[in-house]
Order: sequence, then C-alpha cells, then structure tokens
Amino acid sequence: MFGYYLDLALRSLKRNKALTALMVLAIALGIGASMTTLTVLHVLSGDPLPGRSGKLFYPQLDPQDMDGYKPQDEPPTQVGWIDGIALLHAGRARHQALMTGGAVPIQPMQSAIDPFFEDARYTSADFFPMFEVPFLYGHGWNAADDEASARVAVLSRKLNDKLFGGKDSTGQTLRMDDVAFRIVGVLDSWRPTPHFYDLHTGSYSAEEGVFVPLTTATDLKFARNGSTDCWGKGMSDDMKTATCTWLQFWVQLDTPAEAVAYKQFLLNYSQEQKALGRFQRPANVRLRNVMDWLDYNKVVPSDVHLQVWLAFGFLLVCLVNTVGLMLAKFLRRSAELGVRRALGASRRSLFAQLLVEAGAVGLVGGAGGLLLALLGLWLVRRQPSDYAALAHLDLPMLLATFASAVLATLLAGLLPAWRACLIPPALQLKSN
Amino acid sequence: MDIRPIFSTLRRHKIPALLLILEVALTCAIVCNAVFLISQRLERNEMASGVVEHELVQVQVANIGKSTDAKARAQEDLALLRQLPGVTAAALVNQVPFTNSSSNTSIKLDPTQKLPTLNATMYMGEGLIKAYGVRLVAGRDFDADEYLDFDAMKSNPDLQDKVGSVIVTQALAERLWPGESALGKKIYLGETSVRVIGVVQALIRPSLSNGDNTAQWTMIFPLRMSTASASRYVLRTAPGSREQVLEGAARVLRKADPHRIVLEKKTLDEIRSDFFQNDRAMAGILVGVIAALLVVTALGIVGLASFWVAQRRRTIGVRRALGATRRHILNYFQTENFLLASIGIALGMVLAYGINLFLMLHYELPRLPAIYFPVGAVVLWLIGQAAVLGPALRAAAVPPVVATRSV
Repeated sequence: MFGYYLDLALRSLKRNKALTALMVLAIALGIGASMTTLTVLHVLSGDPLPGRSGKLFYPQLDPQDMDGYKPQDEPPTQVGWIDGIALLHAGRARHQALMTGGAVPIQPMQSAIDPFFEDARYTSADFFPMFEVPFLYGHGWNAADDEASARVAVLSRKLNDKLFGGKDSTGQTLRMDDVAFRIVGVLDSWRPTPHFYDLHTGSYSAEEGVFVPLTTATDLKFARNGSTDCWGKGMSDDMKTATCTWLQFWVQLDTPAEAVAYKQFLLNYSQEQKALGRFQRPANVRLRNVMDWLDYNKVVPSDVHLQVWLAFGFLLVCLVNTVGLMLAKFLRRSAELGVRRALGASRRSLFAQLLVEAGAVGLVGGAGGLLLALLGLWLVRRQPSDYAALAHLDLPMLLATFASAVLATLLAGLLPAWRACLIPPALQLKSN
Repeated sequence: MDIRPIFSTLRRHKIPALLLILEVALTCAIVCNAVFLISQRLERNEMASGVVEHELVQVQVANIGKSTDAKARAQEDLALLRQLPGVTAAALVNQVPFTNSSSNTSIKLDPTQKLPTLNATMYMGEGLIKAYGVRLVAGRDFDADEYLDFDAMKSNPDLQDKVGSVIVTQALAERLWPGESALGKKIYLGETSVRVIGVVQALIRPSLSNGDNTAQWTMIFPLRMSTASASRYVLRTAPGSREQVLEGAARVLRKADPHRIVLEKKTLDEIRSDFFQNDRAMAGILVGVIAALLVVTALGIVGLASFWVAQRRRTIGVRRALGATRRHILNYFQTENFLLASIGIALGMVLAYGINLFLMLHYELPRLPAIYFPVGAVVLWLIGQAAVLGPALRAAAVPPVVATRSV
C-alpha cells in the first residue's frame, strides 16, 4: 500500500510543480537555517573530554580580604601561588595540576625561520595523565622536574611539524626567551573544545604550542596570558607573593565519595588559613566538574543562542507557510479524493495517502535543508570568531536534519490532510 | 467598497485565512525585532573612541630574554620613531583601544566605603593624550615633571602615593560627580588617592567585557612606561602615510634592537574593524534571515491567493455575469488581502513586543522603539499587496461565461 501511496504522491507532486517547489523551498530554508545554528550550538556546548569530564573538578577558594565582601559572592575563578602550591603538594586527589597560560619567544635553530611568539602552557606534571593528553613521541615530565624547575618542554604536534618537520624531536634542544630547554615529548593532535582548563585565554582557543613546568616559567618570569585579579597590596614584581589570583587548579576525583572528601578538605584548608590569619573571609569553597564549570562560566556565546532562536522563528514561519500551501494543494484535489472515497477508500487510507505525500515533500526538503546547512556552516567557518573553524556537521546532526525535516513536514501535513478527508464524496462527484 | 461580503466569505474559509494571518503576524514580529537587532549592532559598530582613529597606527614588539635597560631602550625607540618622516607624535602606552587587553581597577570616592564605587580602566604612558589626539575639555594635561616611572613604582609600592594626579573622561566624571565639576575631586585606589586635574571628552576602554554602558569609564595616569612594562608603540601621522609609517617603524625598531619580535603592526582603523567584526557578521546574518523570511511569506501569500482564486472561479464568473467589473474583482481580492494582513500585523505587533521583552530579559537589549511598528506595518502591507496582485489580476480576467458553464 505504501508503494502505491508513494506513486500517487509523486504523481500529484509532479502535477503542480510550482506549488511543490515552493513547499520544498520553504522546508529546506527553515530546516537549513535551524540545523546550521543547532550544529554550531551542538559543537560549542559539547563535552571537551567525553567519559572523563565527570571526574575532573575545579576547586575554588576565597583568599581575599574583607574589602568589598558580600556574603552571597562566588569565590574567585582562579587561585594564587601560595594556595595553588599548597593544594598541589597536599596531593589529596588522584591527579592534580596547577597551570596558567602564557606566550614565549621561540628561537629556532634553523636560520630560515625568524624567532616568533608561541602560546604556551605553564603547568605541573599531572596535566598530561589527568587530561589523558595523547603523545606522539616521548612523554611528559615528572614531579621531580617540577620541584627542580627543570628546563624541559613538551611541544604540540603542530609546532613540532613547524620546527622539526614532524620528526621525533625528543632529546633535542629548543631555545625559548634565551634559555635552552630539552624537548621530552611531542603531543599528538589534541584540541579539547571548549578550551575548558583555562577559559581566560579564550573559551574556544586551540591548544597551546609548547608546555613547560610552571615552576620553571615562574622562575624565569615568562610572560603570562590570561586574567589576574588582585586585592590588598596587589600586583608586585614577584607573582609568588602577590595578593592576586592568576592560576587554574584542576583535580581528578574518581568517585563521588572522593569528591565529597575533597570538598571537605578544601573547607578545612580555608578554615585553617583563616585561623592562621591568611584568609579573612568566611570559608567559601566550590568544587565543580567540567560541565558544571562550563555552564557556570556561560561559555557558549549569547549570539549563538540568539541565532538558534532566530532560526527556529524562521522555521516556524516556513512551517505555517507549508501548512497553507499543503492545504491549498490537497483541497484542490477534492474531486480526485472524492472519487477515491466513492470507490470505497476509507478516510484513514486517504489520510495515510496524504501524509505519505507530505513525507515525500519533507524528504526532498530535508535533502535541500542539508545542502543549505552545509552552505550555512561553510559561511559560519568564514566568520571571524575563534570557534568558527569548529563548525562541522557530524553524523548525528546529519541524521537529525533529515528526521526533523520529515517530522516537521508530517506535522505540517496533519491539518491539511485531516481537512481534506472531511470532504463529502457525493458533493465532489456531482459538481464536476 | 462594501467589505461585508469579504467577511462572510472568509468565515467559510477559516483555516486558510487564519494561516495567512498567522504567517503575517510571525513575520512581522520577527522582522521588527531582527531589524532592531541590526540597528543595535550597527550602532555599536559606530561607537566613539575619543581618539583620532584615522591618524593612528600601532606597533607591538616583544623582547626575547630580559632587557638590561628597559627605560633607556624605550626612550631611544621613541626618539627614533619621532624622527620618522610623517610622524607627529609617538608614545609607548600600556593599552590601546579595541585590543581587548586592558588593566582595570576598582575605585572609591571615600576610603571608608565598604564596597567600591565602580571599576574603571587605567591608561598609562608619557605623552599619551597628545599621541591619541584625545580632546581635553577641562583642566590641563600632565606636566613633564609629573610623570613617574611605572617600573620603579611596581618594585616599590610606596611610590604609589606620589602619583597624585589623574585625568578622567567626561562620562566617568559625570557618573562619579553628577552635575559638578570634577576638577580637584579625589579618587581612592586601594590605599592611595589621586586628584583629578583634567577631563577629556572621551577615551574608550580597550575591552568592553564589562558592558557597553561602562565603555567610557576611563582614567589616565602620569606614568612613564618602559619596554619591560609595555609593548605597544602608538604613532600619529597623516591618514595617507600610515602604511609607510608602519613599515618604517617596524624597520627602525628591529634595527635598534634585533633581539625582539614585532608582534603586530596595524592601523587603528584595522584594529577597530577586527574588534567589531562579530557584530557586523551578526548584522549580515540578520539581513539574510529577514530577506529569506519576506520572500517565503510573499511566496506563501501568492500560493494561498492562487488557490483561493482557482477555488472561487465560479463565484467570480457569477459576479461578473451579474455586472461586476474587472476592477471590482481586483479590488475585492486586494481588500481581502489588506484586511487579513491588517489583522496579522496587529497580532504581530503584540508578538513583536513580547519577543522584545524576552530579548530585554536575556540579552540586555533596550526597548523596541515605537517607530518600528508603523514602518513594519507599511512594509508588510506592501508585500501583501505585491504578492496578491498576480492572483487578483488572474481572478479579474475570469470571463463571465464561466458562470454558465460549470454548473
């Protein structure tokens, strides 16, 4: 029966090409616009480390003085040197890493490449195992290197390609800011999206080109990127004693019980520091996992949300339009439908036949919508924002495009099909 | 023209009529808000900076390793830059408008205040006002002997008390002391205080992440930067010689000290254009959506009206046979469309207002100005009339003889 309905549908659609084209165009435009914006939203609000993000937590403390204190305030979004190092050394979690972003001048050995600045991450040894960063060659450094402020570095695959033509460069020397570093590892391609571990250097920025121990970078006073928030005496030449927060601290806690215990530890630490007089405010701690942290920081740009709303408004207009056109199309065939009814077709089978016709329009509209979505995403990628390059259609979104197009058109077809089924057969037979 | 027959016809074709009304209403609501969003984005794109944008270029350099005498380096660089042909002023500054990188601080008007009054940005650099071409509207610029070295102050916080003076923007002065003269007033930063000695017309913050309404909350301090504490050289020149000055400046700076990297060399116009490119892209997207929306709506009206005309061929034939002219038939369909569009527009206005309230709540948008309502109505009426013209003409062409044929 379905085959017969499909045949009828295609005949009917061919009979009135302009009207069919108009419906397909409306569906394609609406679906194309919606899927473009939804894909961008889907990519931007994704999980940066699927499977691991629930175990990674971002502890926050409030080390500020009482100036400007409001009880309902959230603690600062970063930690200072003293607290960061204390938490790192306490080692209460399975893994923990302290870090900040920066930029270093790279002085290539080859004279063919001029010195250039590269984004860097100054961090501690656990960064690599905790985030399961893939290595192409070599490995990360260890806690002893951190303690010794060792001159060791890990390169991104991209930087290794640029400097060493993609060859295994471990053991080689890299000069940065007039200091020689030994390369211990080269990463494979790795770009967590969003750039969750440091949102201050751009929510969707690419991974850094070079990684060095935080202790080394701080001792050498390498240039920092990101945000610094100070109170009291504030900035000074020595960031180790400045009353500022400027570091990100991440921990891995494998079970909910560990997370509860760690939060208690943070609370105890804050109270202890208050008793010592270093902290002045009442203990105020947070322990958010990756997705909660991204949520709290509202990483998805509000323009992206706005575009989704806009696209859905547009889709709604397109659907209302399709309902109207489909109604016109079905009612115009009253005579034909009347004949079928008179020959014994039930209302149900007429209804099914008309819905098959609607579905066929939806399928073609979906194909058009897919093309438009691909075009739309290509346009998005040409936009200037730092997330632009990430806008690609994946398989779930591709299937969703077709499914939503067919579903939307079937919904749009319900009212016209129902209306057309109500036509009394006798009247139609008489009048022609 | 009598509109009663139109109503009685519409009452018997409720669903198509309602669909048309709904479509017009949704289109009207979305288009009004989208046009408003475009105007907001374009207005933001035109935001005043207070500096002579067309005359400025920026060269940003970074040292490799630690420079030994950053203060002398800066003075020598500036002397070389000022000698470049076409350069009328040069300064080494801590921040530049539209570069997103800024230092900011909380300020108080009274040291005993529990919470800070507001957060403002801090511009520093010797000769900054002259180089940026910022217009002084009250008081005076800093004297040469008022400047302190930023590096010295950073390593010895006691020197902070010696800074003493500050220049603020008109907007900040008006916010802090509404209706009063700002000159001589005190601002407290942490434990030190500074006195306002001058007011400039405007100088925009380098980053607008604190909200556009705080864009002009700016203070300028008499602090001299060195290559250790600042990396941005700002040069003022005639608009025609900007490219040439940029090339010259990069060459001179590299030659004076090869042990550094030129990070960026751009005119301020380019920097500004980059800063607002997201707003322009969004405005472009909105224009595209509006165009597509209007086309879809117009085509929808054409489709429905054609169906309508085809369905009523006999009725039209009867009316023509009973003496109605072609013009009568044409007017009938035009009036019908006008009525439906009017209902749709009225509904659309209410909807537009609702969407605007939602946007105000979630996206910090101002209220939709009333002018959008009549303009939106006229646009949709025109589109409705244009769309219905074809089908209505076809209806008018129905010959009276149809009435005798088909029954």
